[in-house]
Amino acid sequence: MESTNFIWDLMGKNLWSVVAVISLPLIFVLIYALVAILAELKVSAWIQERLGPMRTGPWGILQPIAEVIKLLQKEDITPTAASKILFNLAPYVIFTGAYAAFAVIPFSEAYAPANINVGLFYIFAVGSFSAIGIVMGGWASNNKYSLMGAMRSVSQVISYEIPAAVAVLAVVVLTSSMNMMEISRMQEGGFWNWYIFGGPGGWTKIFMIPFTLTLAIIYFIASLAETNRLPFDIPEGESELVAGFHTEYSGMKFAMFFFAEYANMFVVAAVVTTIFLGGWTSPFGSFLAGAGWGAFWFILKSMFVVFLQIWIRWTLPRFRVDQLMYIGWKVLLPISLVCFIAISFFSLLNLG
Amino acid sequence: MLPGEIFTKLKNDFGDAIIELNESPNSDPWILVGADQLFDIFHTLRDADEFQFDYLMSLSGTDLGENLGVVYHLYSMTHRHKLVVKVEVPKGNPVVPTVERLWRTADWHEREAYDLIGVRFEGHQNLIRILLPYDWEGHPLQKDYVTPDSYHGMKIS
Amino acid sequence: MTEIKRYDLEYSQLDSDRMRINVGPQHPSTHGVLRLEVEVDGEIVTEVVPHLGYLHRSFEKHCEKMTFPQIIPYIDRMDYISAMNNEWPYVMALEKMLDVKVPEKVEFIRVIVAELNRLANHQIAVATFGMDAGAFTPFLYYFRDRESIIWILERLSGARLLYNYFRVGGMAADIYPGFKEDCLEVVKKVRKTNEEIMDLLIHNNIFIKRTANVGVLTPEVAINFACSGPVLRGSGVKFDLRKDEPYSVYDRFDFDVPVGVGEVGVVGDCWNRNMVRMKEMEQSCRIIEQALEMMPEEGDVTGGVPRRIKPPKGEMYIRTENPKGELGFYLVTNGTDKPERLKARGPSFVNLSVIPEISKGYMFADLILILGSIDIVLGEVDR
Repeated sequence: MESTNFIWDLMGKNLWSVVAVISLPLIFVLIYALVAILAELKVSAWIQERLGPMRTGPWGILQPIAEVIKLLQKEDITPTAASKILFNLAPYVIFTGAYAAFAVIPFSEAYAPANINVGLFYIFAVGSFSAIGIVMGGWASNNKYSLMGAMRSVSQVISYEIPAAVAVLAVVVLTSSMNMMEISRMQEGGFWNWYIFGGPGGWTKIFMIPFTLTLAIIYFIASLAETNRLPFDIPEGESELVAGFHTEYSGMKFAMFFFAEYANMFVVAAVVTTIFLGGWTSPFGSFLAGAGWGAFWFILKSMFVVFLQIWIRWTLPRFRVDQLMYIGWKVLLPISLVCFIAISFFSLLNLG
Repeated sequence: MLPGEIFTKLKNDFGDAIIELNESPNSDPWILVGADQLFDIFHTLRDADEFQFDYLMSLSGTDLGENLGVVYHLYSMTHRHKLVVKVEVPKGNPVVPTVERLWRTADWHEREAYDLIGVRFEGHQNLIRILLPYDWEGHPLQKDYVTPDSYHGMKIS
Repeated sequence: MTEIKRYDLEYSQLDSDRMRINVGPQHPSTHGVLRLEVEVDGEIVTEVVPHLGYLHRSFEKHCEKMTFPQIIPYIDRMDYISAMNNEWPYVMALEKMLDVKVPEKVEFIRVIVAELNRLANHQIAVATFGMDAGAFTPFLYYFRDRESIIWILERLSGARLLYNYFRVGGMAADIYPGFKEDCLEVVKKVRKTNEEIMDLLIHNNIFIKRTANVGVLTPEVAINFACSGPVLRGSGVKFDLRKDEPYSVYDRFDFDVPVGVGEVGVVGDCWNRNMVRMKEMEQSCRIIEQALEMMPEEGDVTGGVPRRIKPPKGEMYIRTENPKGELGFYLVTNGTDKPERLKARGPSFVNLSVIPEISKGYMFADLILILGSIDIVLGEVDR
């Protein structure tokens, strides 16, 4: 099997290369978060017929840097009655969870930080980290709003992981692999080979398209809930719970929550991209394909999904807690199960 | 129905409890009633078919010098007529029966009148201050009210 | 009729602790410094106790020390979202007492500015209601349009929010040239944005799910609590002082009184209250168009203002249709140039008192929406 990590190829396996492998996603997360913050500001401004930030640098492109500097300068407050250890630990737990997920994301055919066989499983496992972090922060803040936000968040993350996992499982059934690199590679050869369109195969895959398409949408909706974005942002639901679980946080710790949210957005976008949108493969067959172009396509597709998330956020109102649970358990889960069974059936008949 | 007619009808039912009908110029005509039978009078005004004053527009307390007054502005959604009823009680013992059970809107209006004027509404379920702090002393809209110098150590100017 | 969901029965069986939360005085969606002491059982509201007075400015005590014209700016500060509408009943009460005849043109200017301000008020009401539900974008669309209304009112009176424009027997200043065109432009804009908002917010599926069948206020309860304005009309009671007790020149216009009819959900729920506001905006547009048509070109606006305002002894209760409901002033005069007593019956104050009644048994998130659908301004509640 050829190498899936160009740093190993270049530097061999030593301490420095390990540091390089680890820090590359971190650098990426930081740069990406800045871009995403700017995108959020600018996209919301376009939607709302505003200009958005204009004063910091040309067209306000330095605004995210200014915001980070602002957050760094702020006083770091720990409430007196808070449980100090948990309170201080929570933002790092959340960020660790988001950052750990980057370990298995295949950015290009030549770069996945760790090319493990249970990549998708791993993503779901570390994805639950954020729930722990949120409940830690919410409980430790000793604030009723935080506690309510934390409880809401946990119930939400748990409920929505199930339809998301079922949607992903269906693709696993088709590919017989949980390795994200493998899944990406199987979709090579153009956008009609993507799993959102039934994956590679003969004309008989037409029967599968409605199911895979539905599953892609279900996964996207569930991912919105997992990242606590509108219309599922009830854990922070500004108008009800002030700021939800991070009401009491300020300064750098708040910035960690902020980064973690954006990092999580990218992780779920990367999963959508990998399993449904062909990962790093070029949408036009061998045109613009290759290791470098792979990274380009991967980031482009992921950023498009992130853009979708931002777009939805600024358009829709928010759900209520019971409605959110209703959608998760009574709408998304049955539909995803039906699609899953149908796809398993097709897979058994070897239609794909 | 005009206030004059309502006055005659009420006078028949309640006799001395209805004191006078005032129709001075520059004013909405009002009926002055005694405080004792106030609740029954308002009950009749609300429920009798000919009156049906189901809408209490406003309830205001006033300082009249020796007396404190409460003014009720009534309106009927069905008959579209209005009525002003007044009651006067001495400043030493300003007790008026509550009408909160008839019109729930009177709840807050009575609390406000208690808060600012100092009329005590007998039978009100929760007669506490509403606009001023709960531990404020005195009733500021009385004409002889003297503003205190400080509140909890904070200077009032 | 859809079933109204109440949760207290299923949960009362469980032995669980209840939690008391202070919503406010600093909270993003109490629309000011209102404090609601809420008791929740999990997510379900079991008790709501409003605490007022954080913005109490002794309005009524101040008025007893002020001469009559000096009071007008204070009245602006009650319901600062619709200051023009606030000044009107007070000025009307004095005109009635002094027996001043108001010129024709003044009446039309008053109608136009009051309706413009009603548009601005309803825009804020719908916008903030949408924001309570989590939709941020309609808020900014409405603020963009509100700016052009404020611009007109600023050119008329010199102030953007607290106008001090009404005078006893006239106005502070005449209209400026080009006023008509500006108003028609605004009307066009408001209609266009309303169409957008209808698609974006009002008929949005999530928004309907959130607001329909929530906070149901039955007509009997609404009348018993003396609710007024869109809150009363949202419950299906067709009562509008402009129509039922016409003051000024409102009897000359052709307009409808929209009531909640329950296109979605039950009559009297949050969605219907909000819908009444949307429909009222259209009626205000119609009134403005007709008033601009009928307004006499010539006329002295400032001349009729009396030098000394010293009404005879008397007392009067005057009420008008504020955007938020019935605004009444109980004015007692004693023959001097200062009032003996001026009691303001604010619609927000009365409408807010219905909150504990209609929010029990709904979810915590619904409480915020119910509060938003009542449309209160704390400046008027606390005075």
